[in-house]
Amino acid sequence: MLRIEGLTKTYRTGDAALRGVDLTVGKGQVVGLIGPSGAGKSTLIRCVNRLVEPTAGKIYVGDTEITGLGRRELRRVRRRIGMIFQEYALVERLTVMENVLSGRLGYVGFWASWLRRFPEADIAKAFAVLDRVGLMDQVDKRADALSGGQRQRVGIARALMQDPDLLLVDEPTASLDPKTSRQVMRLLLEVCAERGFATIVNIHDVGLAQLFLPRIVGLRAGAIVYDGPAAGLTAEVLTRIYGEEDWTRTAARDDDEDDTAAALAIEAERRIVAGAA
Amino acid sequence: MPVTQQSDGRLAWRHLTPGESLARFAGWFALIALTVFCWRVMTADTIWAFVASAPAQAADIFGRMMPPRWDYAGRLWRPLWDTINIATMGTLLAIVLATPVAFLAARNTTPSAVLVRPVALFIIVASRSINALIWGLLLVAILGPGVFAGIIAIALRSIGFIGKLLYEAIEEIDERQVEAIRATGASPAQVMIYGIVPQIMPAFASINVFRWDINIRESTVLGLVGAGGLGLALESSLNVLAWPQVTLILLMIFATVIVSELIAAKIRKAII
Amino acid sequence: MSAGAATPAYPRRWSRPPLIPDARLRWAIVLGAILYLIVGTGTVDVNWARVSEGLVRGGRFLAGFLAPDFTSRWSDISTGMIESLTMTVTATVAGIALSVPFGLGAARNIAPAWLYVVCRAVIAFARTFQEIIIAIFFVAMFGFGPFAGFLTLSLSTIGFLGKLLADDIEEADPAQLEAVRATGASWWQVVAYAVSPQVMPRLVGLSLYRFDINFRESAVVGIVGAGGIGATLNTALDRYEYDSAAAILLLIIGIVMVCEYSSGFIRRRVQ
Repeated sequence: MLRIEGLTKTYRTGDAALRGVDLTVGKGQVVGLIGPSGAGKSTLIRCVNRLVEPTAGKIYVGDTEITGLGRRELRRVRRRIGMIFQEYALVERLTVMENVLSGRLGYVGFWASWLRRFPEADIAKAFAVLDRVGLMDQVDKRADALSGGQRQRVGIARALMQDPDLLLVDEPTASLDPKTSRQVMRLLLEVCAERGFATIVNIHDVGLAQLFLPRIVGLRAGAIVYDGPAAGLTAEVLTRIYGEEDWTRTAARDDDEDDTAAALAIEAERRIVAGAA
Repeated sequence: MPVTQQSDGRLAWRHLTPGESLARFAGWFALIALTVFCWRVMTADTIWAFVASAPAQAADIFGRMMPPRWDYAGRLWRPLWDTINIATMGTLLAIVLATPVAFLAARNTTPSAVLVRPVALFIIVASRSINALIWGLLLVAILGPGVFAGIIAIALRSIGFIGKLLYEAIEEIDERQVEAIRATGASPAQVMIYGIVPQIMPAFASINVFRWDINIRESTVLGLVGAGGLGLALESSLNVLAWPQVTLILLMIFATVIVSELIAAKIRKAII
Repeated sequence: MSAGAATPAYPRRWSRPPLIPDARLRWAIVLGAILYLIVGTGTVDVNWARVSEGLVRGGRFLAGFLAPDFTSRWSDISTGMIESLTMTVTATVAGIALSVPFGLGAARNIAPAWLYVVCRAVIAFARTFQEIIIAIFFVAMFGFGPFAGFLTLSLSTIGFLGKLLADDIEEADPAQLEAVRATGASWWQVVAYAVSPQVMPRLVGLSLYRFDINFRESAVVGIVGAGGIGATLNTALDRYEYDSAAAILLLIIGIVMVCEYSSGFIRRRVQ
């Protein structure tokens, strides 16, 4: 679904954020992207929908090579790429419903969106999506009146509205408490499994990544230094990604029974969905 | 705040280094010298006998001003209405003109930082530098006296004010919200109405109400240069030295300003 | 995947909750606004013949902006500018010097009640009326010329800075005041050590801003005879000398720009 070849980004300041990244994410596959701050995680996913312009390399979304696209075609591709942000990035002063409907902006005209006259199918879909993330009773609330976990659910709903093929998730739990983080991650993986999105999740919490994400890609200084199963994240691998530190405690974190069970359940569910598809 | 070692080995603390205190002293000295110089230039032609007689003059004027001529109030309702119209319509016109200018001037929304932005900024500076009364003077000369010139004068003065505050508000928006809308595949116009407009709406409303309040004050005196409203009545009363009428007009202006301030405060509270 | 087909139970319509929940109030406001606009525009007499004549003149004025004439009235312009600038400098300095005691007196947390009332009254008076109205009275009392303008600008500077300073002091952190008071400091020492460090940076910024305002106002008070560039501008417009008027306006804009730029520079140095 997503194929990145030799992706390089050098900022105008001369900082090389990405140095020749190659990455392939298949349909229905969820990839956790870990790495120290400044490793280029954020830049990498922003290059995929060209919120950041890549310096060199090729990015294929489906069959479309997107680095050379004009504005109009780019917008067309962006409609197929959902994005979930670190600090929710909801439009704070709009209602929950408007935020969710904004996921359809690529499909409706200017006047319809100005007057909030979205097609009936879109509105029914928005209600369905809000029901799925458990926010049916918050529809008319303003986004800034919600709690952090609720806001991130709205963020997920907005991405779902796009009916994307590819989902980019940027530090979804960075501003949430541990419990809400897990709930949001669980929800995220459930919907990914339901809809079969190809997904990249930037995440700085290694424990959470190991818990929920089957495939982990480790980025360091703009280059991939690990690509493999979560189970392979040994202390040696973590040192390769993050540098010297006592990793034994983190790697041993799997014995948190409750969440391991949850992760297993999700894994089982994903297999079922994959089997059905 | 330096600590120095004195000749006898003790440490001494002073607020400033010697160099800093010298620079401060020089700065103050220059300021005072400049002020004295300006004072001398300015008062070179002042006739001090007039200044000395000011208390007597003041007493004389206030004696004539009292009591106010209350029955003149009946002839002030129309000028008052005109004043409110000048302020309100001038503000509305200014909002319409200033909003696009603000978007052209804001670094994050301008179509071209090299070509368009400087022009928009110049419009804002030019409008702000020139007082409403000067604009009034100019427009009365161009369009002829009356309310219409007043409306345009208020509008032209307000473009800079609204434009400046609004473009600063636009530059302060949260770019992540805009990025999120852009990422959905929205067109630039949609990014504007979903990502930017909701964020600046509160600032937009309070700037406009604030300016309307100021414009009420300014339009009370615009008539002094012929642009209609209460100032016109003031001008004609002053011309015939009808001081009791002047008192009443001033009271009227005072009341109008107070009421407009109350209304503005109320609206601002409703918005926030 | 096909969420649309699977969800017939969900509502198919949604509209944004209105800004004003009470429908009657909402419509009353809308109708009131429309009514005002109709009546208001109806009462604005526009002499279109005069306006169309004016457009020609406006064109000439714009042409004057492109080719301003600094030379033929230069002696008038320079006299007016010198008056304006000297008036601005002296009035700003005097106004700041006086607004400090007034500001201290008008701050409830450090001034006795009687002084508070007096100072607030003076400030309120200075703020209520436009500079030009005050200028009219000062011209009547002190005679024509920049001295009346100087007094006008000084008074309104007191009104502006005195109020903001007093408000700042009232908002100052009471804990710091208490701490200095607790050391046994006198009133003056409290002001010097607890109040001034908290309000000084903003006072500097506001003073520079006020200099800017005073220059702009100095162009206005000339219209009623209180000296400055306003009188020159008024004369130029009376004589239809649009190119000289444009020159004056460009000078004003230029000086204001210089003031803004340098005040930004000074503010960065101070803070």
